[in-house]
Amino acid sequence: MSTSTTTAAEPGAAPSPPPGPAGAGDERVARVGVLRKLLVKPELGALIGALVILVFFAAQSSTFRDISGVANWLDPASTIGIMAIAVALLMIGGHFDLSAGVMTGTTALTVGICTTQLDMTVWAAIAVSLAIALSIGFLNGFLVVRTKLPSFIITLGSFLMLQGLNLGLTKAFTGTVTVGGIDDYDGYDSARAVFASTVTIAGQQFRIAILWWVLFTVLASYVLLRTRFGNWVFATGGDEVASRNVGVPAARTTITLFMTTAAAAWFVGTVYAVRTTSVQANIGIGQELIYIVAAVIGGCLLTGGFGSAVGASLGALIFGMTQQGITYLGWDTDWFYFFLGAMLLLAVLTNQVVRRYAESARA
Amino acid sequence: MTDTLPTPGAAAAGAGDAPLLEVRSVGKTFGSVISLQDVSTVVRAGQVTCVLGDNGAGKSTFIKILSGVHQPDSGSLAMNGQQVTFGSPRQALDAGIATVFQDLAMIPLMAIWRNFFLGSEPTTGWGPFRRFDSATAKEVTRRELGAMGIDIRDPDQPVGTLSGGERQSVAIARAVYHGAKVLILDEPTSALGVKQAGVVLRYIAQARDRGLGVVFITHNPHHAFPVGDRFLLLKRGRSLGDFAKGEVTRDEITSMMAGGAELDELAHELERPGD
Repeated sequence: MSTSTTTAAEPGAAPSPPPGPAGAGDERVARVGVLRKLLVKPELGALIGALVILVFFAAQSSTFRDISGVANWLDPASTIGIMAIAVALLMIGGHFDLSAGVMTGTTALTVGICTTQLDMTVWAAIAVSLAIALSIGFLNGFLVVRTKLPSFIITLGSFLMLQGLNLGLTKAFTGTVTVGGIDDYDGYDSARAVFASTVTIAGQQFRIAILWWVLFTVLASYVLLRTRFGNWVFATGGDEVASRNVGVPAARTTITLFMTTAAAAWFVGTVYAVRTTSVQANIGIGQELIYIVAAVIGGCLLTGGFGSAVGASLGALIFGMTQQGITYLGWDTDWFYFFLGAMLLLAVLTNQVVRRYAESARA
Repeated sequence: MTDTLPTPGAAAAGAGDAPLLEVRSVGKTFGSVISLQDVSTVVRAGQVTCVLGDNGAGKSTFIKILSGVHQPDSGSLAMNGQQVTFGSPRQALDAGIATVFQDLAMIPLMAIWRNFFLGSEPTTGWGPFRRFDSATAKEVTRRELGAMGIDIRDPDQPVGTLSGGERQSVAIARAVYHGAKVLILDEPTSALGVKQAGVVLRYIAQARDRGLGVVFITHNPHHAFPVGDRFLLLKRGRSLGDFAKGEVTRDEITSMMAGGAELDELAHELERPGD
């Protein structure tokens, strides 16, 4: 023992480089610039994007900057945002859920069918809807964990199945592709107060979904950054095998995330059903990509392990502002999709740079 | 099996003193392939046991048996003289055997302090307000790494920004902090440059000086010799010998590992390539 206290010399291995100096010879210089620290914040890009878009539309359209206009563009942002947060958590955990969009339709239709066709109270229908959503979420997660197939394929399957079920069952129950008249059933008024009422702030009515959205953003950020579960989400998405090796319950984390996405779809679906009182069998289809785009604009990496809930909400805000802003300016709405595509590309390229920066060794 | 050197970590290295971990002629077969046969060694507190062997020598099987991934088909393990069996890596970990695998089980995109406590996060608060105690986690990470002589610039920086040697060192510090008594290091220096390997060897010595029993797997005798107290040589699944320091020289180890005769033959062959 005493003979081997001088360590770390590399005798014989290579004659030319001198052996490392004894004692931790640290020539590393502490230079952590504020800018560098900011750059690796996932939501920074989305924040800048949101500000630019806000200034752009506000400068051109007085309706846009008016408080009624604000209430107007926050509305679509809120329902997209609630979903985008859940989808972002799932993406950070390393998975996709392509059934997230159609599931908002499934849950809304369940509320409609349970009330109007099965004569349940509105709250009972909402409870059934939640149970169904959580089951679908569990199934998605369970299949992904068990088969180890890409979640993209598994949820593409459940997406198509749900799409078919939505139409088929709605037709079987009602004979049409619409379920209507939810407001005739017991408990509608209290359900409306929770899911679809308005709140007056500064003389302007805001939809209550906006408040829920803010609340969920705060909640999701807290869970992600300040709880053990949040740490496991980052770890599972970053490297599943490695996290399992140190005792992270990766399978449970993944299933919980899929169920969270399903629960968010239930919430948004219920908002649709209660707000409009009649539900089309095809709602929600195509929305899943919008949620993913919002999450990616918010800084989520497609490969998992990196992202933020606040970023996803900012991504949803960009959506809401652009959608309404283009209408206010009287442009052709086709430009909306062009714009979204451009935003997505820009966001992905930015994320790529950030990731490379974060992963590069600075020895 | 006699210790020729005094050991400050273990109180006495007498014959009656049970070692921290003892491997008693373990063997493992996979189907018809004999992966390991009749291999024995001891790991004492405050000492480094080096496991040397070329590719295919059975080093991986050997550590997997120690870390609970595989169960031996013959022979047994004993900790402090008591026979033990590990059904899973978790059980080995609970018994105090921590393995730092080559892939390190660290998430490159996550902050050092998040990685340091991954899977065993400290919490504060109560009920629904139970949360990851990040202040404590950062503080402990900084302190523990400091104690190992690792001066990190910022516990918030992602592990991916650390160099290979630094990552190894963080993984070692993590295992030490989380209560490891026996630390198994799977080829920690193999992918590193000369200088980086030196840094890691220094941390191995640090862990040893803190009273841990270290199992250091390597195929490089030049890395093993300066820190090792005991050398177990494996070749094609069999033990070529289990030597205390002083019973064997570096050149002997090198020659045994490569197979002296084979090396001579090789040298002979290489001399006249054109024939």
